[in-house]
Parts: sequence; structure tokens; C-alpha cells
Amino acid sequence: MPSFKLKFLAAIAATGVLALGVAACGDDSSDSGSSSSADVSGNIRIDGSSTVAPLTEAIAESFQQENPDVKVTVGTSGTGGGFEKFCAGETDANDASSAIDEEQTAMCKKGGVEWEEVQVANDALSVVVNPNNPVQCLTIDQLSSIWNADSKIKNWNEIEGLDPAFDAELTLFGPGTDSGTFEYFTEAVNGEEGNLRKDYNNVGEDDNQTVTGVSGAEGGMGYFGYSFLKENEGKIRGMEIDSGNGCVPPSAETVQDGTYTPLARPLFIYPSAEALARPEFDAFMKFYLENVNTVADQLGFVGLTDEQLEESTTKVDNLISKAGSGEEASS
Amino acid sequence: MRPQSAGNSPEISGSERSRLATAGARAVTLAQLSSQPRGDRFKGGIFLALLLFAVAIALLGLVAIIVQAAVKGAPAFGMDLITNGPSTLNPEQSGFRPALLGTLYLILGVILLVVPLGVSAAVYLEEYADRTRWWNRMIELNVQNLAGVPSIIYGILGLAFIVRGPLDLGFILAAGSMTLALLVLPTVILAAREAIRAVPPSIREGSLALGATKWQTIRRQVLPAAIPGVVTGVILAISRAIGETAPLLLVGAASFVTFAPTFFGDNGYTALPVMIFNYAARPQDEFRVLAAAGVIMMLIVLLAMNSFAIWLRNRYEQQW
Repeated sequence: MPSFKLKFLAAIAATGVLALGVAACGDDSSDSGSSSSADVSGNIRIDGSSTVAPLTEAIAESFQQENPDVKVTVGTSGTGGGFEKFCAGETDANDASSAIDEEQTAMCKKGGVEWEEVQVANDALSVVVNPNNPVQCLTIDQLSSIWNADSKIKNWNEIEGLDPAFDAELTLFGPGTDSGTFEYFTEAVNGEEGNLRKDYNNVGEDDNQTVTGVSGAEGGMGYFGYSFLKENEGKIRGMEIDSGNGCVPPSAETVQDGTYTPLARPLFIYPSAEALARPEFDAFMKFYLENVNTVADQLGFVGLTDEQLEESTTKVDNLISKAGSGEEASS
Repeated sequence: MRPQSAGNSPEISGSERSRLATAGARAVTLAQLSSQPRGDRFKGGIFLALLLFAVAIALLGLVAIIVQAAVKGAPAFGMDLITNGPSTLNPEQSGFRPALLGTLYLILGVILLVVPLGVSAAVYLEEYADRTRWWNRMIELNVQNLAGVPSIIYGILGLAFIVRGPLDLGFILAAGSMTLALLVLPTVILAAREAIRAVPPSIREGSLALGATKWQTIRRQVLPAAIPGVVTGVILAISRAIGETAPLLLVGAASFVTFAPTFFGDNGYTALPVMIFNYAARPQDEFRVLAAAGVIMMLIVLLAMNSFAIWLRNRYEQQW
């Protein structure tokens, strides 16, 4: 038996060595006009929200093509789980679908991690219904009357002021209570984080189940990030939201011009000052903001406005200069 | 009944009596067995149907998963899956190479850890432990209970004691292997104990009678004879470990890694179930196709490993 194991181990080790060799042989002469220097190397470790992860992954992918000596990994421990690692100094940056809270701020302070909140994209939390539903628009009050913790509404015809009238059983779908989407939605619609009726179909982390559920039930309703609406046009329809200034549909334009309130939300990455002292991470963050708007659309995110982009760039520059003040010589 | 030698007695002889008794008993038994009332035969049929139904449900579930994953994942099948790293920008060219290697390394680490530990613990419990002592009974009870602890608990344990805390190894692949090894250790111990217990006492006694020491007996006789049972336990353990996602996420498996992992490198690793979990929840259909292809890939890896283990088991199988 030991000889088998040894052979197996040797075979796998050989595969690994070969693979590493191949990776190391890639030439890094490609210089595609980005400001990042091509001679950086090292490891970058990012964790956090699974909502933001695709964006960071896409950036990491193109960054590694230009800088093959940098190894970037992206984890999906969730916004909260990611902050726990970030504030212990175990990761270089944290993806977050909701802003850092007081508890997490205190944790980072204790861990001696200095950070900046950098917005990388926008999202439109979309309330979706079955395409056969005649109702086009809901007010925030109506939404709240449906979703709040004390709501007893079981049918669309019990919703006050509905136009046109609609008679169908109300079936609700939503993400699990750990999700940043759940937090944001409850806060925005019911005014209090975590305030939501209990008798909805909890789909956990898998928003695709909401798509299936809502497209299969005439009176179905659910909510999730804009990318799921965009990928499933025809199966489900995004509800227009009236927060007092008329009905506004969820779309890239309404998010960017600020009219899709209160369900437009910012998505963040939190880089640490200590990590920004390393040239490879410095280059990565600059590369991130230079390229984020080109990949955001493909992945179903709403890109940053010029103003937002400028603010994010300034924040990163500030943090870099803060980080660099101690380690000028090393770069 | 002992036949009586007094054959010339006037009564029926002893041997005759016992012959009659045997014949009578056989007749009664045969009558009982062959004259099944119609109702009983009907009930027997229902019972068989229920058993077949249970088997069919189990198989149907498996077939449904395989067929669904194969159909959904078919567009992604190809060498790209094995040779390419993940790509978020071009999901069509995306592959699972780092995840596949990560899973193989993880499982290799699990086997290297769990076989010596599990077998040693089983040998102690079966051959050395004095079952009249309360602490040995407590160890036994705890091993059995540990087999039922949810995997996420082992993830927290791994995070607190292996990744951080006393061992402080950081988020490395070896820490993932250790956590998974802890998770499946009870399974291996229980299987190895069964295997050791199944070795007939006559083998041990024969060995001891020939002058072998206890350790020589265990090493030369008991353990080789127990290999098939141990391997069965390892198959079960691997099958469980290979699909675990939750503990791996806790001990640092990332979802986007483009390079081959190493055991102790602190630049991150990933595994197939983590990638599948991540891709399955994406909005874009291309990623869900990849998730399905990943499921098939994981099944192939699992079947390959198990076939090897079964071949190994059959090689060492022996009849007493």
C-alpha cells in the first residue's frame, strides 16, 4: 500500500511542479498601455461578498494576464465573514455588498487595520414579478405593507391602492438572512435592518431559485441584484418603484442618475493601507478602478458615474500615500 | 438422541424412535413452509415490491442528478475543463484545473493523515483498550458521536485551532486537508474497528501460540487481514470529504484561483465543490453550465478514486 501512495504522490507532485513551471515561463513583455508596471510580483488575497466577487475576479483575471508574476485569489466568505478575516490582517482587501458597520469598524481598529471604503460599482436591487402580472408600479409604502414583519397580506387584491386590480395569491421569495441583499432590502423598505415577514420562501444564497419560483407563480414576487433581472428578461419582470417622485424602473440609467431610490445600492471594496504599501497591490487597485467600468456591464453590474469613479480614485490615492509614507524606500 | 444398542427389545428401538421423530418433524416443517395461505403470499409480494420501490427511489435520485448535470453541462465538456483555469470574462473557455488539482491534493492529504491515525486508533480500541475502564468506554462513545457532528462545526474547529490559534498554519491547503481529515476520522476509525474485529480469533491465537508477540501478531496477521475493511472505510471517508464545501470555505478555500496549488503555499487554493457552489449561484447561464460540468467532473474523480480503492480491496480480500 505505501508504494501506491508514494507513486500517487509523486505523480501529483510532478503535475504540480510542471504546472508551476509552465506558469512561470509565461513572458511578461506584454505592455498594453496600462499604468501598472509589468515587473510587479507577489500574492494578493481578497475575500468577502459573493455579490461583488465576479467583478473582482474579472479584474484579477485581466490583471494577471498583464502581470503573470502576481497571484490573485478571490474568496466568497460573504461580506461579514470577509471582514472578520480582513480586520485580522489575513486578507489584503474585502469585497462588500453593504458598508462596513460599527462592530466591524471596531474589529478592524482592534486588529490595527487601516482601510478606505472604495465604491467599485452600483447595483439596482430589483423587485421582480411574473410577466403576466398587470401591475407595473408599486410605492415603497405598498412594498412595506407586503414585506414587513407584521404583514398578513396573502393576495394581491389585499394591497391598498393597487392599480390595476389584480387577484392572485401572493407568493414571496427572498434570500436568506445572512445575505447583504436581505440587509439592504429590509433597511430600505421597512426602515429597519432584519424587519421582514417570516413566511416567505427562503432561497438562501441561490437567487436562481427566486427566478424559477416567480416565473412559475402568477402572483409571485421576489427581490435580488440587478444582474439576475438582466439575465432573465422575459421570465420575470422588474417592478417600477415609486418613492414619491413617480414610477422608476430598475435600470443602469435610473441608478446612475440617482432616481432609482431607495433600492439603488453601492458595492464596495475595502483595501487595507498596509497591503497598499506593496507595489503589486498598489498596481492592482489602480488597475481595478481603471478597468472596472468596462467589465461591470458584461457581468450585470451598473458602472460607476464619472463622479463616483473620481471619488474612488482619490480615496485609493490617499490611502496609498498614507501607506507609502512609512515605506517610501521599498518601492 | 443416542441410539440404543438393545435392538431386540420388544418395543420400538431407540434408533427407530429417533428416525420417526425426525421424519415427523420434517413433515410438519415442510407442510408449514409449503402451504402458504394466499394472504401471506400476497403480503410477501407487497413486501418485495416495497423493497424494489426503495431501491428504485435511491437509483432514480442518482440517475436524475447525473442525467441533469450531464445534459446541462454538455456544452462545456472538453479538454478546456481540465487544462484551463477559471475565467470570469470568458466563461466558455473557463476550466477547473486549479480546483481539480486542489481537490486531488486535499484528498491526498486526507488519506495520508486519516489512514495512520484511524487505523492506530482502531487498533488501540480493539486490541489494547480495556473495556472495563470508564475512559475507554467514553472514547468509544465519543468516536461514535463525532461521526454525526455537522461538517461546519469541523470547519470552525479547523479555523480556530489549525488555521489560527495553537497551530497557526494560516489559510493553506494542508490546513484544509487536516480539517477534512478530522471530519472523516470517525468514519475510518469505526470501519477499521469493524474490520479488525472481523479477523477470526483463531488467527490471533495461532500466531500467539507460535510464539509471536502481540505487536507481531497485529502487524503480520491482524492488519493485513483487515485491509479490505479499512479500505472500505477510506472509500466512505473520501466520498464524504470530496464533496464538503462549508468547512473548506471557513478554512480559507477561495473561489477564484488561477494557478496550481501547493500543500504549504500561503497564496491560496480552491476545490471543485467550492467552485461548483460559487458558479451555481451566478446569474449568467454560462456559469451554471460550468457548475453542471463541474459536478460531472467531481463524480468522475470520485469514481476513479473509489475504483482504485475497490481494486485494492479485492486484491487483499481473503476468505477464512
